[in-house]
Amino acid sequence: MAIKAGLKILKNSSWLGWQMESNWTDPFLFAIYSLVKPIAATLLIVVMYIVVTMGQVQGTFFSHMYIGNAFYMYVAQVLFGVSWVVHEDREHYRTLKYVYISPANIYIYLLGRGMTKIFLTTVSVIITIVFGVFVLNIPINVMTIDYPLLFISFILGILCIVGLGIALGGISLLTAKHGGRINEGVAGIFYLFCGVIFPISVLPNWCRSFSLYLPITYWLEAIRRAIFGITIDQATNFIPTSSVISILTVSTILFFILALNIFKIGDYFARKKGLIDMTTAY
Amino acid sequence: MAYAIETQELTRLFKTKSKKGKKEIVKALDHANLKINEGELFGLLGPNGAGKTTLIKILSTLLLPTSGDAWVNGHSVKNEAHKIRKEINMVSGGETSGYGLLTVRENIWMFSQFYGIPSKIAKRRIDELLVTMDLSDKANAKVRTLSTGERQKMNLVRGFVTDPTTIFLDEPTLGLDVNVSRQIRSFIRSWVREQSNKTVLLTTHYMMEADELCDRVAIIDYGKILACDTPNNLKRTVGKDSTIRLEVSHMSQPKRFAQMQGIKNFSYSHDNERTTTTLNFIIEDEAVVSDIMSEIVKNSSKIYSLRKTEPTLEDVFVSLVGRGLK
Repeated sequence: MAIKAGLKILKNSSWLGWQMESNWTDPFLFAIYSLVKPIAATLLIVVMYIVVTMGQVQGTFFSHMYIGNAFYMYVAQVLFGVSWVVHEDREHYRTLKYVYISPANIYIYLLGRGMTKIFLTTVSVIITIVFGVFVLNIPINVMTIDYPLLFISFILGILCIVGLGIALGGISLLTAKHGGRINEGVAGIFYLFCGVIFPISVLPNWCRSFSLYLPITYWLEAIRRAIFGITIDQATNFIPTSSVISILTVSTILFFILALNIFKIGDYFARKKGLIDMTTAY
Repeated sequence: MAYAIETQELTRLFKTKSKKGKKEIVKALDHANLKINEGELFGLLGPNGAGKTTLIKILSTLLLPTSGDAWVNGHSVKNEAHKIRKEINMVSGGETSGYGLLTVRENIWMFSQFYGIPSKIAKRRIDELLVTMDLSDKANAKVRTLSTGERQKMNLVRGFVTDPTTIFLDEPTLGLDVNVSRQIRSFIRSWVREQSNKTVLLTTHYMMEADELCDRVAIIDYGKILACDTPNNLKRTVGKDSTIRLEVSHMSQPKRFAQMQGIKNFSYSHDNERTTTTLNFIIEDEAVVSDIMSEIVKNSSKIYSLRKTEPTLEDVFVSLVGRGLK
């Protein structure tokens, strides 16, 4: 019964998220936007890479960077998207208080709103990868991809990112609209320390140690191994794939539990301080 | 006997900063004790900042009390919020909440789903309520295109579509025109009368609204519950006294009347458009009327009208706190 009710809330909040993401323009323009946005964002990185390497757009390092950047879209979009729901519903639509006092589980509501982001980001990632394969000659062979590894690591990574989004949602309950910068800061930390663009082996020792505590590092490592079969990062390539998945699983579970508790604490203090329906007009 | 709503020594403090930057403690609710029966349409009457909204926020589980406790349908707001949420809903007036990109019907339907109402039942209820609220023609309009009154009606439908056992209406007619307000009051009255187990807690600073709608009214000011009874009983408390209402040309210092002998209570309001001042007196002995008239004449003000009125809830408020509701 509780599962059925939870699924219903998940379905409806996902539907709401989809309406918010897609309903602002006509379907044709939305399709064009969805296609152009990831390619434009990718080209920005590609152009920077070309400038730095003086014209090279091939090689293992380029592929490493390209895939890292493509999958990082999930971190930026989902993490930011889930927590932004709190600000958007509270300050812009002024509906958060009505969702909050309903019997709907707020975690499931946030997850549902995040589902749309996951779906749209998946479309963006696929477009980016297809663009990379056909335009930039990224060496991806669909026959040699380790699909079970890709599937397991993908699910774990998404769970971890959603968990982080929920944690930031809890923090957002306590902050005004400009608290959204916290989300950008957290996403930036992952961008820098998780081997998105460059291998973490190039980081100073203390940074590398920090990177090895972050589940996103193992997520991207597993994704790269699943797609290319190899990885160039000397800081992680000696770890057996089974260990990478084990570390990712354990860290994801720990991060998720931590995230739920952070949200719970944020929720308690927001209710104590009367911030659930705060409007700041910032 | 279990009450639909009960508060016990309910207190809520807020930390604020004064203009000089000093930290201040504001008592929004001060040891409030209330007992509201099931099936009652209960009004909370008080001026802005009296603590009405704070009380509703606590009862609807949006805010925790600083001390004391409150129960809604027997569940504590402190640690049984999840049980309360299944049985309540809330509508706040004077706000523009709603997802602007969705239609009216979609907005209401989505909230009904958060309460687990089967979709078919929800759709039927939405249709019925939209007709009742005279909003059917806007059912498929995007929320962003609605006027303030239409949004308020939509929010009322959102509140009632879940068929809550207890509903909190925080100033539901705030800022609405006379017709829409009348329509909303009529709906609230019939909703609670038609179902014996439904409870409404309504806050308002319109004394006429409280008088017309409510079975019982509590008068609240500075977080304290000053009186609680039926509107008629409350009015009877000032019934032995006479209430005199005078409309005069604009007076710059009407406060001086409060010092006159024989005046039990006094309030006034200015109408800047008409450049008039309305003076309300509660007097024990009508002989004092001639003194009041003399004072007005001495002040070179013109008297436009003089009425002896029946006591209103505002008079009750004035007699309790010594100033008007506005």
